[in-house]
Amino acid sequence: MNSSAVSLREIVDSAVAEHHGKIGTLMPVLHSVQEKLGFVPSESVPMLAQSLNLSRAEIQGVIGFYHDFRTSPAGEHLVQLCRAEACQAMGSRDLELHAKQRLGIDFGETTEDGRFTLEPVYCLGNCACAPSVRINDGIHARVSTGSFDQLIDDLEAQE
Amino acid sequence: MSALKVFVPRDATACALGADAVADSILAGAKGRGIEIELVRNGSRGAFWLEPLVEVETESGRMAFGPVALADVPGLFESGFPGPADHALGLGPVDGIDWLASQQRLTFYRSGWTDPLSLDDYTRMGGYKGLKRALDLSSQAIVDEVKESGLRGRGGAAFPTGIKWQTVLDTPAEQKYIVCNADEGDSGTFADRLLMESDPFQLIEGMTIAGLAVGATEGFIYLRSEYPHCRRVLEEAIARASQANWLGEDIQGSGKAFKLELRIGAGAYICGEETSLLDSLEGKRGLIRFKPPLPAIEGLLGKPTVVNNVLSLGAISTILAEGAGYYRDFGTGRSRGTLTVQLAGNVRRGGLVEIPFGATLRELVEGYGGGTASGRPVRAIQVGGPLGAYLPESQWDVTLNYGALTDIGGMLGHGGIVVFDDTVDMAQQARFAMEFCAVESCGKCTPCRVGSVRGVEVIDRIVANQDREFNLKVLDDLCETMDKGSLCAMGGLTPMPVRSALKHFPADFGA
Repeated sequence: MNSSAVSLREIVDSAVAEHHGKIGTLMPVLHSVQEKLGFVPSESVPMLAQSLNLSRAEIQGVIGFYHDFRTSPAGEHLVQLCRAEACQAMGSRDLELHAKQRLGIDFGETTEDGRFTLEPVYCLGNCACAPSVRINDGIHARVSTGSFDQLIDDLEAQE
Repeated sequence: MSALKVFVPRDATACALGADAVADSILAGAKGRGIEIELVRNGSRGAFWLEPLVEVETESGRMAFGPVALADVPGLFESGFPGPADHALGLGPVDGIDWLASQQRLTFYRSGWTDPLSLDDYTRMGGYKGLKRALDLSSQAIVDEVKESGLRGRGGAAFPTGIKWQTVLDTPAEQKYIVCNADEGDSGTFADRLLMESDPFQLIEGMTIAGLAVGATEGFIYLRSEYPHCRRVLEEAIARASQANWLGEDIQGSGKAFKLELRIGAGAYICGEETSLLDSLEGKRGLIRFKPPLPAIEGLLGKPTVVNNVLSLGAISTILAEGAGYYRDFGTGRSRGTLTVQLAGNVRRGGLVEIPFGATLRELVEGYGGGTASGRPVRAIQVGGPLGAYLPESQWDVTLNYGALTDIGGMLGHGGIVVFDDTVDMAQQARFAMEFCAVESCGKCTPCRVGSVRGVEVIDRIVANQDREFNLKVLDDLCETMDKGSLCAMGGLTPMPVRSALKHFPADFGA
């Protein structure tokens, strides 16, 4: 057994232990695994199945159902553009085109340098000051094409 | 002299507009000038067009400045801030701002006045008065109080809360649950988020009272993952309430127990539907369940479960503290309490408005909203979230209550009002409604899962003028099938924005 497999086992075990005895423990466990690794590796599925006494299909089904759970790592920064109506009313359709062009990727893709992953999101609850963008855990209001570029420039300048 | 209190809101919208940087800059500016201040990160008042709304406590009330950008902070200090200041952003006493002063804050009574995580602030402004009273009442007496208040579910379906609670109370079981539906996924809505971020103890108190009312000792808040600020506030609020013995095995020495757990969703809009939410809480895919059985009889893990929206549970503390009559006397007919709406989208003065029932949509959008942010004419208004109707100008004089909107083929839902100016392409909005349904359908029933995909295709053909008459008929037929044949409101109501757009704005579809 190589070292990465050992550490994955440890991460799965600690996530299972953290939420032991809870109702519907799978969701919090998956969140914990993803918080630690940035995604839920396919190798963790049989481990989770064994620990939680669930079938692999059940776990795979849950991972696949929810938009948040990823099966491969995201880029360093997760950029989510709100596509919902309140943001549309303030120009999010144009912002979406601009963002894809600026980053050179489509929704669901990661830039080649691994810095940014772009995703759609349906409402961040910031609808009075649209359009809204979430980058990691920070939400940004009234984002224009110019202020979007500034946000990305600032992150690119960070090392 | 004690330190001057300066308030900078901490809610997600204020932060999205730079409140954290403004707060840091105010602290640094005061320090540099040798002014002693106490910086409080209060909740937002929901006047988002004025955020970040900075306030200073003075002998004659709180003086407001807003919207304060980071670049404005040095100028504020130069004009005398935080002492008496004559600055262009000065708004005078915060309770004199007409947009706020003209509202009737019942549920959002404390929002903005308090530090959301201060139990002292909460109890000083009437918090936990309702629970203290409930601890001395029988379960039936609490349920009766809620029934008499006329409170109806604020999530969108407007089902009488007291009746739901009675069903749970009357269903015998060794374990019952209280579940708060905080999966506020409708675009154009943020009232739940604002309440949870600005006054979280109000929700916690309401859920505890619900537990006493139906005999449930465990509760869950199911919060959407798109609300990271809210998550941090709720985690801390639950910890503090537990520490102060407002939650736990022996609430305030009463011998009564209620424990509360926060659960985070994973980006599925459908989990705002109560049965899908329950499956998700059980750790499964969020699939819709057939009803009956009602969750009140067979809910979480098959046990009797109260599933209520944040605002419904938030209203409970007021009802118990002030009495059913106090709450019922606000409002008319079947719409009791206050009207909570959210002005969003292309609107000049967006935010949360809580007023007596009776205002028209036009009064809201033109009065409070001040028209569009773009300065162009309003063309369409979507009321009630992504599944609500698009209303043309001929319908803007509708009174905002549950019945009047239903009568014109719309719905009030969770009170989201999204304003669009005259650049909107209504065929694209109709197409998006179908597209959204396709992305977010749980997949259990065919009309929703397949109908939404076909809906996008048919709208594209209509717009491209392919076999126009035939495809219009197909779209109508498809909408009818989704409306009548879907298991839940997702597929059942998606036709509402589609049909209203087509009916009122046919030119956009190439007619």
